[in-house]
Amino acid sequence: MSDFDEAQVAVEAALAAGARYADARVMHRRYESMHARNGEIQELAQREDAGLGVRALVGDSWGFYAISDLTDIAARKAGRSAAEIAEASAIVGGRPVEFTPAAATIDSWASGCAVDPLAVPLSDKGDLLSGATKTAHAAGADLAEGIYQVWDTRKWFVSSEGHRIDQHIRECGGGIWATAIGDGETQRRSYPSHRGQYGTRGWELVTELDLGAHAERIADESRALLSAPLCPSGETTLILGGEQLALQIHESIGHAIELDRILGWEAAFAGTSWLDLTGLGTLRYGSGLLNVVIDPTVPGALGSFGYDDEGSPAVARDAVRDGIWVGVLAGRDSAAVAGLPYGGSVRADGWQSLPMVRMTNVGLEPGPHTLDEIIEATDDGILMETNRSWSIDDKRLNFQFGTEIGYEVKRGRLGRMLRNPTYTGIGPVFWGSMDMLSSEIVAYGTPNCGKGQPAQIGHTGHPAAPARFQNVRVGVRG
Amino acid sequence: MIEQVTRALPGAEAEVFTQHVARGLTRFANSAIHQNITTETTTVRLRVHRDGRTVALTGQDRETLIARARAALDAAPADRAWPGLTPPSALAGSGNLDEETAAATPADRAARVRDFVRAAGGLETAGYVATTVHRATYANTLGQVVSGGTTEAALDGIARTGTSDGVSRLASVRLADLDGARLGARAAVKARASAHPEVLPPGRYEVVLEPTAVADVLNCLAIFGFNGRMVAEGMSFARLGADQLDPAITLRDDPVGPGGIGLPFDAEGTPRDTLTLVDRGTVRAVLHDRQTAALTGAVSTGHYSDAGFGVLGSCLHLLGSGAGPADEVDGPEADSHVTALVRDVERGLLVTDNWYTRVLDPKTLVMTGLTRNGLWLIENGQVTRPVQNLRFTQSYPLALAPGAVLGVGTSAAGQPATRLDLGFRAPALRLASWNYTGNAAG
Repeated sequence: MSDFDEAQVAVEAALAAGARYADARVMHRRYESMHARNGEIQELAQREDAGLGVRALVGDSWGFYAISDLTDIAARKAGRSAAEIAEASAIVGGRPVEFTPAAATIDSWASGCAVDPLAVPLSDKGDLLSGATKTAHAAGADLAEGIYQVWDTRKWFVSSEGHRIDQHIRECGGGIWATAIGDGETQRRSYPSHRGQYGTRGWELVTELDLGAHAERIADESRALLSAPLCPSGETTLILGGEQLALQIHESIGHAIELDRILGWEAAFAGTSWLDLTGLGTLRYGSGLLNVVIDPTVPGALGSFGYDDEGSPAVARDAVRDGIWVGVLAGRDSAAVAGLPYGGSVRADGWQSLPMVRMTNVGLEPGPHTLDEIIEATDDGILMETNRSWSIDDKRLNFQFGTEIGYEVKRGRLGRMLRNPTYTGIGPVFWGSMDMLSSEIVAYGTPNCGKGQPAQIGHTGHPAAPARFQNVRVGVRG
Repeated sequence: MIEQVTRALPGAEAEVFTQHVARGLTRFANSAIHQNITTETTTVRLRVHRDGRTVALTGQDRETLIARARAALDAAPADRAWPGLTPPSALAGSGNLDEETAAATPADRAARVRDFVRAAGGLETAGYVATTVHRATYANTLGQVVSGGTTEAALDGIARTGTSDGVSRLASVRLADLDGARLGARAAVKARASAHPEVLPPGRYEVVLEPTAVADVLNCLAIFGFNGRMVAEGMSFARLGADQLDPAITLRDDPVGPGGIGLPFDAEGTPRDTLTLVDRGTVRAVLHDRQTAALTGAVSTGHYSDAGFGVLGSCLHLLGSGAGPADEVDGPEADSHVTALVRDVERGLLVTDNWYTRVLDPKTLVMTGLTRNGLWLIENGQVTRPVQNLRFTQSYPLALAPGAVLGVGTSAAGQPATRLDLGFRAPALRLASWNYTGNAAG
């Protein structure tokens, strides 16, 4: 299947209707998921959709039209309609629209995939989930759940500047959960992450997770949590596991460095950012240990691609270097407003969605330690692992996170399990207190990043490792 | 298509849900339109059960869907939870669909944006005007055939000073009900009234939640509190027949009543009707799809959802205590319904929005989140000064518990759906206590 032609028709129609720039994406996506509960498969879901989204710039106003009809007639209508919508936008006109320059590119790209996840027999996939959840249920979990998800996406991008790019991105992953229900509360343990682990890889990713091998452990831990002592309240030394740190990066760095938020384009809904472009290159974001890279080229990570949805190639660049803020996630138009020379971070979650600034892989460079060394070096603190709740203010400063499990750390050793751990803080203060960082980097996938109106669900990746922070407020309770 | 499926898959139980959604959305930021979108999507959902196996497939081409169903059925795992299809049953109505709204143009939306921006009087503005029309049909092999539609129009915008944001939000079946100038003026007076907020120490405060903040409470109740599966599995606070909320609280799911937004049936073809979840504080019903109903010996209430949360509310309506207009601009900070509740507060907070709320524990429905878009101190019945945003950690059912609801606004205002196509109609609430655990600045 190739749908360059419909995209080309849409672009030409938009130009004929008065657009000075137009681009169009035809996308075809197959999705499959299976959900198991206490050893039983609940439902097998398969979705397939295809459509065309066309973006037109008339004067300094944008229009976007998307339709699930892939015929020449529909494509022509889509291009024309996008231009007409752009003309309506001019009723409330704004700033001049410019783009950072881009070379016309003709290319193909495909993500790595050793085992096609849609070709693995359904019965094998069902056995995996039913087996793992049956084990966890038998081990004492009141609710044992498991899921896998597969996305197989083909897209064809054409622009009036001469781009002609096709991509084939295969993503998959999964996880299991054990919930213990007590008289007044519930406790849950997850493996390998609170939403599972995902990447731009084939079924080999799920095989490597070995879900069944962890089912009994998470069931045991969920029950043990019901009677574990509460996380104490106060300020302490906090060690975060890599999965929780991945979410911390996502929420308090990734979203904060999105240029559309910094420019106020998401002010009403997602919010803005505490960052101001005058601080780019000089503002201290964290301790000298903090090095954050925007890198859509990480093999197998969930935020990887060959080209973004404006046709910009995947390029790695620094976001934070030695603790100083040095880069943003940008699109070609937002970068032009800010006077920056790059885009490359614009994506849409489907043909029907307008591309917007999106995280790719935003993650840490490794530190010099191991988690064991960090624990050994800690006289009195708490280790928290696996996200349970997340909330952060509209400028991405004040956060409160809860994790599924915590452990006391006393005189360099792990102590008692702790229930309902939470911690809270302010982004740059928190990152400034990071004094130890592990080298054990894992690229955690986030398959559920919500942003935009209408809401889009983005896929992002976050290379992260355990780290230690000083003087953090923990144990916030209602 | 049901006949095609029957021929291709003899003996199968099958259902087909076809939905056409046309969305128009005009977003503005920095007081200019920066996104303008029209999307037309037709999707067909085919669910088939045969020989103890079930597959659910969504696509656009019928022939392909049937072929895929046949292939998937042969390899699908056993499904012992299959509840069977919806039997033939009549709808309560065809849905609230306003043809004028369905035909709205980008220019119609842009004109409201223009009015909003102008009414903000020079303050920077951002937000959106949206129109959506859903038309759907459902048919199954038992003979259930239903069709209907709904429209939603929404305006959600902020006006900004250098130190504050003020919001106004309204949703309706009819675009004609949205007055951009009126709503822009409201956002502006709220923004100006909340400029230069002061720091207030965290602690327990009496609160008046505006309808915009109450919508978040309803959202959480719809997803977690009245979720039939979570109730059945002991994961929810709700217990049928128990007096768990204040007698002032009556909550309905009502997509079909006057002004209700939502389809009159779900994707399993089950009709929706006005469903009283809480009657004067007593839990009377929870939300079910066919599977959760079968699990608990109940009847489906027409709330099947594949959004990832299980059964889901459709249009939550918390009843007000009287009648009156819901979108006044007699500020500066609040309309007359809210002011009436503020008048009896000795010391407390007036809250515009609860934002970025997340569940700490589903059973107790303890949530954490922040205030946003305007927070004021109330002293001796008067709004005295704006204060900086606070973070809270609070059980929502406890905040609404018997004796905790000190007042309910007279009129319920329509509030836009967030990301789940879930609508709300909410009055303001005066609550005895809300637990603020930190100042958002630290």
